[in-house]
Amino acid sequence: MKIAIASGKGGTGKTTLSTNLASYIAESRICVLSDLDVEEPNSGLFIKAELIHKEDKFKMIPEWEKSKCELCGNCQAVCNFNAVLKMGKMIMVFPELCHGCYACSELCPTDSLPMKQKKMGELKSYKNGNLNFIESKLIIGEEQAVPLIKQTIAYVDDNFGEDVIKIFDSPPGTSCPVIEATRDADFVILVTEPTPFGLHDLKLAVETVKQMRIPFGVVINRHGIGNDSVELYCKEENIAIITTIPNDRLIAETYSQGKLLYPTIPSVKEAVISISEYIENINSQKEGETK
Amino acid sequence: MKEIVVISGKGGTGKTSITASLAYLGGEDLIIADCDVDAADMHLLMAPDFGQSEDFYSGEIAYIDQDACIKCGKCQDVCRFDAIPVIDTQYVVDPLGCEGCGYCARVCPTDAITNSQPKVGEVYVSNVRTGTTMIHARLSIGADNSGKLVAKVKNEAKTLAEKENKIAVLVDGSPGVGCPVVSSLSGASFVILVTEPTVSGLHDLKRVYELVKKFGIKAGCIINKADLNEAVADDVKKFLKEEDIVLLSEIPYNVKFTEAMTNGKTIVEYDEDLGKKISESWTKITDIVGIEI
Ligand code: SF4
Ligand code: SF4
Ligand code: SF4
Ligand code: SF4
Repeated sequence: MKIAIASGKGGTGKTTLSTNLASYIAESRICVLSDLDVEEPNSGLFIKAELIHKEDKFKMIPEWEKSKCELCGNCQAVCNFNAVLKMGKMIMVFPELCHGCYACSELCPTDSLPMKQKKMGELKSYKNGNLNFIESKLIIGEEQAVPLIKQTIAYVDDNFGEDVIKIFDSPPGTSCPVIEATRDADFVILVTEPTPFGLHDLKLAVETVKQMRIPFGVVINRHGIGNDSVELYCKEENIAIITTIPNDRLIAETYSQGKLLYPTIPSVKEAVISISEYIENINSQKEGETK
Repeated sequence: MKEIVVISGKGGTGKTSITASLAYLGGEDLIIADCDVDAADMHLLMAPDFGQSEDFYSGEIAYIDQDACIKCGKCQDVCRFDAIPVIDTQYVVDPLGCEGCGYCARVCPTDAITNSQPKVGEVYVSNVRTGTTMIHARLSIGADNSGKLVAKVKNEAKTLAEKENKIAVLVDGSPGVGCPVVSSLSGASFVILVTEPTVSGLHDLKRVYELVKKFGIKAGCIINKADLNEAVADDVKKFLKEEDIVLLSEIPYNVKFTEAMTNGKTIVEYDEDLGKKISESWTKITDIVGIEI
């Protein structure tokens, strides 16, 4: 069972929700939390667990081997990303621009551009009781988040069975990285706030998940601030509001200390309980279908 | 002509509300650019008229002409992005998965595959209620290349500012530390970092400042919700001192901040006390940048 937690924009409380929900679920069953915001993973600040595994993650880029090269220039001609250039008697590869499509390498008549591994980031796996926390981080200057997101999801899939609840903290926005992080999910939770900005970004996020045809529901954070336009919108569009989390200075203060909220704040505990019940419900429906 | 860019690293710090307030204070001497194209929200406070709009095309996407396809499967073999599934016995391109590398078209024996530039967004040139022009955009869903769209918005704003002899361009920058924020920062005269005193806020501030430093741009910082956590606020201020970043203002935690937005207003219009904090930053900014507005 894969749950993606997403939001149209950053700062709506996506990470807060992911970390609290996963920690709560882990009190009673095995749960995986994976931070897919590989540009700026933040969940780890809230999770206390022991590092049990670390691995480098690589992307494939071509490397020029001078000896056989005929300087025909075909590699430059086939690269759509200007990542390989012929300069005088040299072939130069620009790793940050390369998307790893293999075109230059496989279309080179002399096999002078074999694909080699290049480190793009690091994956770390932590454990604390039932809670497993997987985080990947791009190295600074590396621009493509999508390949690392893919590999991180693959790692989670390989290491944890179908019956485990997996929570993915997705990157913000509506562009490629979010699509990659949510496309395999069984259910998406969209976190928003009841303000004009929140509503505007929620609409974009809803359009995105609808395009991917994934079932989804909404959690309204900082409920009580702003107005009721998000609720009205959800009603009109028949979108389930799973729960709300109140606007509360104490929540903001506890968050500012990098602490989990539900152990000390009852309203947040209630919210994570209702979300986890909601998830259990979908999970049993799903299991029913496959049986 | 100067370029002032507001960024925050992480979302939810109040960056856009603050930028809109600065835009209000700067009035018609500024051109405004909303470079937060992934979650463009500034228009909600500026009442733009969407006067002109233009489609923005970028990158490539493959398309298979079914009449010409002989179903040899070569395209699927070479595609490293699993973007050519077989659906109803036809090889088709999944537009959300296609990276536009063009490899499939190069190996297709019947030239059944063509590449075209997809529309990745729309760019708008609007008159806004502060008596000036705002350039903003909307990124299409699932689109790549937001860095290019950011560059487009910024360049349009700069060209217009020069043409109309404006004093500065005010940019609502992109979040994160990736390609879009790099596009937002390039060419900036001054960067305003908006942060909050939370463990994650400080973490992201440090990360995004690494980038600002690479560009060698002078920076100032506004701490929003400054009284939320004194210990972390002190850490933020210590960091600012070490890095020689000007502390522009400390804005207290106040629900009026969000109320203003809910009412479609900037903070300076809505609440006097909060407004003063912003005006105070604006005076410091114009002094440092060396402009008179
Ligand atoms: S395609 Fe191969 S042989 Fe031709 S220039 Fe490139 S590396 Fe050299
Ligand atoms: S692998 Fe693809 S993207 Fe990378 S250099 Fe070669 S052709 Fe360009
Ligand atoms: S252009 Fe590249 S990514 Fe797109 S379908 Fe063809 S081979 Fe795959
Ligand atoms: S390579 Fe060309 S002919 Fe072969 S399956 Fe693909 S589109 Fe059809």
